[in-house]
Amino acid sequence: MYKLFLRSLISVLFLLGFGLNANAEFKVGFVYVGPTGDHGWTYQHHEGRNAVEALGIKTTYVESVPEGADAERVIRQLAQSGHDLIFTTSFGYMDPTNKVAKDFPNVKFEHATGYKREHSNVSTYSARFYEGRTLLGHMAGKMTKTNTIGYIASFPIPEVIRGINAMTLAAQKVNPNIKTKIVWVFTWYDPGKESEAAQALIDQGADIIMQHTDSTAPVQVAEKAGVWSFGQASDMQRFAPKSILTSIIDDWAPYYVERSIAARDGTWKQQDTWHGLKEGMVAMAPYNSAMGGDLIKEVEQLQKDLASGKAHSFTGPIYDQKGNILVAEGAVADDGMLAGMNVYVKGVEGDIPQ
Amino acid sequence: MSFDLNFIGILIGAIMASSVPLILAASGELITERSGVLNLGVEGMMIIGAISGFALMVVTDNLFLAVIGSMLSGLIISLIFGLLTQSLLTNHVATGLALTIFGIGMSAMIGKNFVGIPGKEFPLLFLNLKESIPFLGPIFFGHSIILYFAFVLPFLTNYFLKKTKTGLIIRAVGDSPTSASNQGINVTLVRYSCILYGGAMCGLAGAYLSLIYTPQWIENMTGGRGWIALALVVFATWSPIKVLIGALIFGGITILQLHMQAVGLRIPVQLLSALPYIMTIIVLVVISRDSRKIKLNTPTSLGQIFYKEK
Repeated sequence: MYKLFLRSLISVLFLLGFGLNANAEFKVGFVYVGPTGDHGWTYQHHEGRNAVEALGIKTTYVESVPEGADAERVIRQLAQSGHDLIFTTSFGYMDPTNKVAKDFPNVKFEHATGYKREHSNVSTYSARFYEGRTLLGHMAGKMTKTNTIGYIASFPIPEVIRGINAMTLAAQKVNPNIKTKIVWVFTWYDPGKESEAAQALIDQGADIIMQHTDSTAPVQVAEKAGVWSFGQASDMQRFAPKSILTSIIDDWAPYYVERSIAARDGTWKQQDTWHGLKEGMVAMAPYNSAMGGDLIKEVEQLQKDLASGKAHSFTGPIYDQKGNILVAEGAVADDGMLAGMNVYVKGVEGDIPQ
Repeated sequence: MSFDLNFIGILIGAIMASSVPLILAASGELITERSGVLNLGVEGMMIIGAISGFALMVVTDNLFLAVIGSMLSGLIISLIFGLLTQSLLTNHVATGLALTIFGIGMSAMIGKNFVGIPGKEFPLLFLNLKESIPFLGPIFFGHSIILYFAFVLPFLTNYFLKKTKTGLIIRAVGDSPTSASNQGINVTLVRYSCILYGGAMCGLAGAYLSLIYTPQWIENMTGGRGWIALALVVFATWSPIKVLIGALIFGGITILQLHMQAVGLRIPVQLLSALPYIMTIIVLVVISRDSRKIKLNTPTSLGQIFYKEK
């Protein structure tokens, strides 16, 4: 009932807001899964939008759009109301984006973290967050005293599983005894639930807290409990100055600027972008000096090697939980395998929820 | 899972902490509903309380003022609901829903300037006792004053409704406003007071979230807890003690399912996530089966608009 009200309210506002001036100047639309004030995932996309806006290009954004039926409505309305390029910034918008793209061949669509490009006007883009996770794993393996790493996971999709695997592989390399404990919260953003999950992991002996969710609640719980943590998507250092070792930062701004200009100038082409540390789409926040200079030097070297291609997050031999070989010795996982990753590597406990 | 006693104590302490906002909001709403007013704006009043408390904490740097302010703001926003439903006689359900939507939007707007500011440490009582007594220590000590208040509140509410004259008047107004009015009771005044009290408690529940539980301001941080509190009142058949039990079960299973995951128990995670909702409803339905008591506790005029005959 309440949702229905909200939906009709949003629809009315949309019709009023954009229905009137359709087909005017060049406009870019953004669809966000959380509020712009989450200080994580959506915040960073919003920073990217601000960079586009700074060029003098008109932009519109809709925040806190649930993945599902609502998403299609919002995307469709943006397309209908004269937006020429639309960024849909969450995995769950994959099917709605492609569905709407079919009906609006003249509008360009950019879907974040997905893999479906069913129509020539849909591009996909993502960042190699797993490279950052490899660095986190290295630090976690060295810093843990209890050999237990707590991981707050959102949804069982390849992106999240890839992160868990990359982190575990890197941690095992420096500390063969580590255990990764995972709690699935089935949300991208619920501060209360995220902090309960963090507390549960800490109570279970984890002294490193990692998250693949978007709020700053887990790092704050870690700070209070006196354990280490890592920020997600954005630099969360000021929320947990003692606890945070570093944060993985998503920097979308250069990509959004480039693609918006291309769409405006008519040079936009369908593509699949997957940028990482090398291109700067994934960046690391300053390292916490509590780690000690030696470890920081190690991590910085590893970061350089990952960026230059000298090191790879998924270098064989890699085994799945049952001991079957996934990547042969000396080989590295190709992008196709990474994109569809749906098994845990050896050393991760538990099953992936189906 | 480690089964040492102290760990179980810590677990129970965590469960108690997570159920506080539900107890506070549900106890407030219970009084409101007992007077015959259905206020679906719990979520909205909570979120307003959360942002007001946090904003006041940042501006004044005084936690006491922040807590009082959050209650006042919950009270003020419920006054809007009171004016609409009691003086202008609008529909309770629609007005309550509007209040929630308004509260969420309004809090996000006020909150824009308070995003990303770390919270302040809220004083916890008897911390040394918590450390020194195994098992019982983490259960009874090391909590905030608001938690202790929340756990006394259902008993006070029960006593108030059953044993005091004011409580009797509230129940009379909720059951039959016309007869109460004929007895010379000012129905509108009673209902106004109950609405304001409910608002203040929801505001406090919100402040607990933004000042103590996750000390920061985040948009939509109540995360549907207001709706759960509303449901608790109904499933607890308007009994304050059962509200307390329901809130503890809900909080308990929420925390336990996270622990079961962390231990790696092979139970489908989706089922675990749904467990708090399922179990709370089942338990409350089972313990509230006595139909005579349900009739006794249910405010018969709930949600109905009262027209005073002139």
